[in-house]
Amino acid sequence: MKAKRISWKELKNQKFLLICTACFVVYGIIFYYLPLGGWIMAFQNYKTKDGFFDSQWVGFEKFKFLFSDATFLRVIRNTLAMGVLNLVCTFVMAIVFAILLNEVRLAIGKKFVQTVSYLPHFLSWIIVTGILHDALSSSGIINELLVKLGILDTPINFFAHKGYFWPIVAFANVWKETGWNAIVYLAAITSIDPSLYEAATIDGAGRWAKIKNITLPGIRPTIMILLIMNIGNVLNAGFEVQYLLGNGLVKSVSETIDIYTLTWGVSQNDFSLGTAAGIFKSVVAIILIVAANQFAKKTGEQRLF
Amino acid sequence: MKKHHKMKTGIGDKIFVVCNTIFLTAFVVITLYPVLNTVALSLNDGVDAVRGGIHLIPRMFTLKNYQTVLNQKNIITGAYITVARTVLGTVLALITNALLAYVVSRKKFVFRSQLSLFWVITMYVNGGMIPTLILYRNLGLTNSFWVYIIPGMIGAFNMLVMRTYMEGLPDGLEESAQIDGAGDFRIFVSIISPLCKPVYATVALFVAVAQWNSWFDAMLYNRMASEYTTLQYELMKLLNSVMQQGGTANPGSTAQAAVTPMTVRAAATVVTMLPIICLYPFLQRYFVTGMTIGSVKE
Repeated sequence: MKAKRISWKELKNQKFLLICTACFVVYGIIFYYLPLGGWIMAFQNYKTKDGFFDSQWVGFEKFKFLFSDATFLRVIRNTLAMGVLNLVCTFVMAIVFAILLNEVRLAIGKKFVQTVSYLPHFLSWIIVTGILHDALSSSGIINELLVKLGILDTPINFFAHKGYFWPIVAFANVWKETGWNAIVYLAAITSIDPSLYEAATIDGAGRWAKIKNITLPGIRPTIMILLIMNIGNVLNAGFEVQYLLGNGLVKSVSETIDIYTLTWGVSQNDFSLGTAAGIFKSVVAIILIVAANQFAKKTGEQRLF
Repeated sequence: MKKHHKMKTGIGDKIFVVCNTIFLTAFVVITLYPVLNTVALSLNDGVDAVRGGIHLIPRMFTLKNYQTVLNQKNIITGAYITVARTVLGTVLALITNALLAYVVSRKKFVFRSQLSLFWVITMYVNGGMIPTLILYRNLGLTNSFWVYIIPGMIGAFNMLVMRTYMEGLPDGLEESAQIDGAGDFRIFVSIISPLCKPVYATVALFVAVAQWNSWFDAMLYNRMASEYTTLQYELMKLLNSVMQQGGTANPGSTAQAAVTPMTVRAAATVVTMLPIICLYPFLQRYFVTGMTIGSVKE
């Protein structure tokens, strides 16, 4: 990088590495960098028959349309709200689960709970939403329990009420990923110096005190770095569940940016508008991750770059 | 040690243990119940299941749902395609990612940091759904099996997991092989790769699960080509038919009166998740390592 002289001999010796690099760069340019060139569609009225070169240029018109479209503004709200709700819920649950599981002394019990906890991560969203649909249907277990406990008189259709949609999506994420996300925290807890716990025990500290004063501070760097990595993904957390569980009745709260892109870009064939919505998402994601990183830098926490 | 522990256990700790046990038991029940319930539904008579009240044991046992599922041509096609993409996709992804990780982890390599940066950027910036779709169309990847294999083959995350592992290997091995006159390719195949078996297993598992569970690519790129449908995509269509009919007893064809979309879907779900449920407990060691390496950045 820094004006280091590269001799021909060196290059010749590294022939194999250089050939591989060339292949990997070509592959990367085609599949990861070339789509970025497609962003020019957002500034055109792209028609398949005209291609990139002959389509009419429209400047920022597509973006103007987006931000004057009430649906798009609602879609941004939905994406952000569900993204933040999912992030908070899955984050807190994974940490709580890891800490509590770590407190289990019975080795077999711990192993069993942990093995069970990974299971949902390996199931596709199709399966998870199907299972969730069964559990919440009018003849499903949730309605049955609520009626038996006298909380409800008659079963309700959870998927027909707007108020339930966001909590259902958050629950689905927690159900699927808690055990998986806890892996990292459990590893971090294992690396805490055991002598700290021993010293605390001698001082007469109870389990709560040890969790609060040793475990939590011990995994703090891990929590921070994962938080930063996930903040950039807030807008990405909104497609599969919403697409699979959404229906006409809850459309106003279930539609996310990705679904909007799919509807306009693919079903309506307005590639330019779909691309513009996608660009908006990418730009916001980059701003979020850089901001989170800056914030971590200021507060002296671990950071990504 | 244990005795000592018991002696010191105060009332607060006892309450803690009780609450913790209750919490973790509830966690296990909430995780397992829906899965077991699906198994019970899949083994139950369709019309009877609509009445509700089936929990862990089928009320009217039948294998009709499985017969229906296994007689559907598109599900069989989907199963073939899913197995093919999982096997081929995993093998190719493993070879290419390992090679890339190897190149990037060579300390002497002149373009090492540039190549690394080139791939890390792809983790944060991407073109988005529509430009990608147009690219695949132009490359002739839509309405083809290869759209499942080629575009996602190399990924920065898997590469980083492997690179981190390779960088942790002792340098001496490679140096002595170099003195013996081994080239970079020989060192990769016969020195580095045998030592990387654990991390290869990890990445293979990640890729295989992603391939097995993927459905969106089948819907977006191969909607018009039913010969390239996947198991998950067929399952999604079944789910949609259940959601639209709301689980009411409305058997489409009178020939199969004993099945409903609800129970057929349950059977298809079990067929789809069975291989994963049987395999994952034995692979725990690998994915735990992988997740732990993957989260340690750079």
